[in-house]
Amino acid sequence: MDKPRIIVGMATCGLAAGGKPVHEKAKEVAAQLGIDVEVRKTGCIGMCHREPLMDIIMPGRTRVCYSDVKAEDVPAILESHIKNGEVYKERLLGQFKPSSPDIQPYPDTQYYDELDYNKKQVKIVLKNCGFIDPTKIDEYTALGGYEGAKKALTAMTPEQIIDEVKKSGLRGRGGAGFPTGMKWQFCRNSPGNEKYIICNADEGDPGAFMDRSVIEGDPHAVLEGMLIGAFAIGATHGYIYCRAEYPLAVEHLNIAIEQAKEKGFLGTNIFGTGFDLDIIVKEGAGAFVCGEETALMNSIEGKRGMPNPRPPFPAQKGVWGKPSNINNVETWANVPQIITNGGDWYASFGTEKSKGTKVFALTGKINRTGLVEVPNGIPLSEIIYDIGGGIIGGKKFKAVQTGGPSGGCIPSSLVDTAVDYESLAALGSIVGSGGMVVMDEDTCMVDMARYFQAFCQDESCGKCTPCRVGTKRMLEILERIVAGKGREGDIELLLDLGSQVKITSLCGLGQTAPNPVITTIKYFRDEYEAHIKDKSCPSCSCPALIHFEVTPDACTKCGICVKNCPVSCITDGTGGKKGEKPAFILDEECVRCGVCFEKCPFDAIFKHSGGTRVDKVSAKVKKES
Amino acid sequence: MSVQELDFSRVDEIIKQTPNKKGALIPVLQKVQKFYGYVPIESIERIADGLHVYPADVYGVLTFYSQFKLKPRGEYIVRVCCGTACHVKGSDRIAEDLITKLKVAVGETTEDRRFTLEKVACVGACALAPVVIVNEDVHAKMTSDETRKMITSLQKGQKE
Repeated sequence: MDKPRIIVGMATCGLAAGGKPVHEKAKEVAAQLGIDVEVRKTGCIGMCHREPLMDIIMPGRTRVCYSDVKAEDVPAILESHIKNGEVYKERLLGQFKPSSPDIQPYPDTQYYDELDYNKKQVKIVLKNCGFIDPTKIDEYTALGGYEGAKKALTAMTPEQIIDEVKKSGLRGRGGAGFPTGMKWQFCRNSPGNEKYIICNADEGDPGAFMDRSVIEGDPHAVLEGMLIGAFAIGATHGYIYCRAEYPLAVEHLNIAIEQAKEKGFLGTNIFGTGFDLDIIVKEGAGAFVCGEETALMNSIEGKRGMPNPRPPFPAQKGVWGKPSNINNVETWANVPQIITNGGDWYASFGTEKSKGTKVFALTGKINRTGLVEVPNGIPLSEIIYDIGGGIIGGKKFKAVQTGGPSGGCIPSSLVDTAVDYESLAALGSIVGSGGMVVMDEDTCMVDMARYFQAFCQDESCGKCTPCRVGTKRMLEILERIVAGKGREGDIELLLDLGSQVKITSLCGLGQTAPNPVITTIKYFRDEYEAHIKDKSCPSCSCPALIHFEVTPDACTKCGICVKNCPVSCITDGTGGKKGEKPAFILDEECVRCGVCFEKCPFDAIFKHSGGTRVDKVSAKVKKES
Repeated sequence: MSVQELDFSRVDEIIKQTPNKKGALIPVLQKVQKFYGYVPIESIERIADGLHVYPADVYGVLTFYSQFKLKPRGEYIVRVCCGTACHVKGSDRIAEDLITKLKVAVGETTEDRRFTLEKVACVGACALAPVVIVNEDVHAKMTSDETRKMITSLQKGQKE
């Protein structure tokens, strides 16, 4: 590298945070300053809470990462870093460790890896995300890309590959956690000349975006993994089923496939071995159930994405009736490194039964949101507090939801639980695809259960009765509970229905749909009881059960609440210090929109439900952070 | 554009450009929707004929997947993300506000055909929740106020 290089994070999150203007500004400013630089883009490095991110590499120096960069910061950063050779401290996040002894680090500059967010992470799947330009295959191969595939295809037999994957202990990262090596073996052993491999990139769990980031940031890792898997299984056709909500991921995949074909990593006679593989991207059309393997295959065939009963399993009779092997994005992305570094190396991370690392999407009411890759078995508390930096505004941590609509809520009392397949299953939740939504004291757990049930009910394909009708009835019960119309016995009814739906549904959607309800009842039964018996919401969150009131002494009669109330249910409260009476909210006309609560500049409005009272002060803290 | 004015020759072209008809229904419908902005109900028989499937299959697929729309949509498609992270951070309120502001229900288009309001399950920008997506642009960490302001400026015809 002989020119300075500027790299801007431009995955979906980077773009949403404003990466594009930064990218444009960097080009513009470089031209103005008359400096010859290369301006590139990269994927998601996982620090979504600090986006937009901009890295600068000077020849012979370490890569430095700047965070929270706005277009107007760009001139100062470029001037200081590129022209004057000094790190611009105001937006500095950290520098990366030198990749060789010739690379000189900057003095008094923190290392990126030593930031609290990164210290406990182990990056295997996310190794390249945020480092390389995902639209340039050369950047992938420069870091050892396609070496694993070359080794597998030219120096290993399919059996040896499968043994290596078995030895690694890799388990399906899509949710169920089935051992990957065994799955490959089944498909390999299945009779038939025409076999298919499929990458499940239909990441439908709301609150999860690991697969999106991997595909957007490192699409070749997925292709390389599929190439290795296809060779081991004996498949010559591959599909990547990507959800339509991820346009950038689809774009990067298609670019990557074209480049891999040009380089001879896909197509015919790969690495001169006579092995052929073609991979095509199939775009989903918006149906959560298509994450289920048999439904996904129906969708690939152009049908309604409804699941089929198993057996026959896809390994026997999958897409187009042929033996098929389906793995999730993250599973595939692990494979090249398992082959390159060996199964034993991979198995050295994680626990006895859950090997390697897992990527989680850490979101919700947590200070540091983003993608984290941690060794399996790490205590949940380390993810929440050490990596995530605790709860926003210093509020109380209440629960964390893992596994999306198929998972459950883990209460704060169990925060020391090890995060691995077995431990989470023992609590009634699952690792799932890796969504981790953190909730604080203001989140109502009954409402969360209702939210997930509404999602599952909406996404139920309708093929089997328990799921189609069961989720609907459960939703109706939950809706009446949050509306303050819950009845004695509703909790028991939910548990009974939930267990029936679990046992009798056709596919994973229905079999896991009751999990959020069952776990919230298990750990937060008192909240359900408060809603049903006392008609109150202990988190002051369910609109039907809360009331807004004005503290007359704190009201300055500024009139802001009166002006903003959409239903004009606030009387008086105008005319400043001397005029009128303090504001008064007519409870029977109030629609509980909370606008007055948010707008009051003097913290004079509070909300209450049952015995709980929430004042504005804390709400303000929440907003600022 | 009223139905009479719609030119369906593009549908035939899309089918013609699809040499492998096996499993092509969903991609064809996606291309049709991309061109027309929705899948006109009148195009169903043409598509069925072209791909050698029953019109009922086409209709079945169209109504199964949430991506497909059978009605014309507005110039701006405003989608409120209702993923878990967005829900926890108050996307319900934003959706409610937009219903009031645009005076349409979720899934509906304003009379002047400028705005369509939709909910989306999750766009994967969870770390920046809550998000609102206008056409292709994802707007991060939105509040009700900011969303309203953004809509107002779009209503005034300013570039966002």
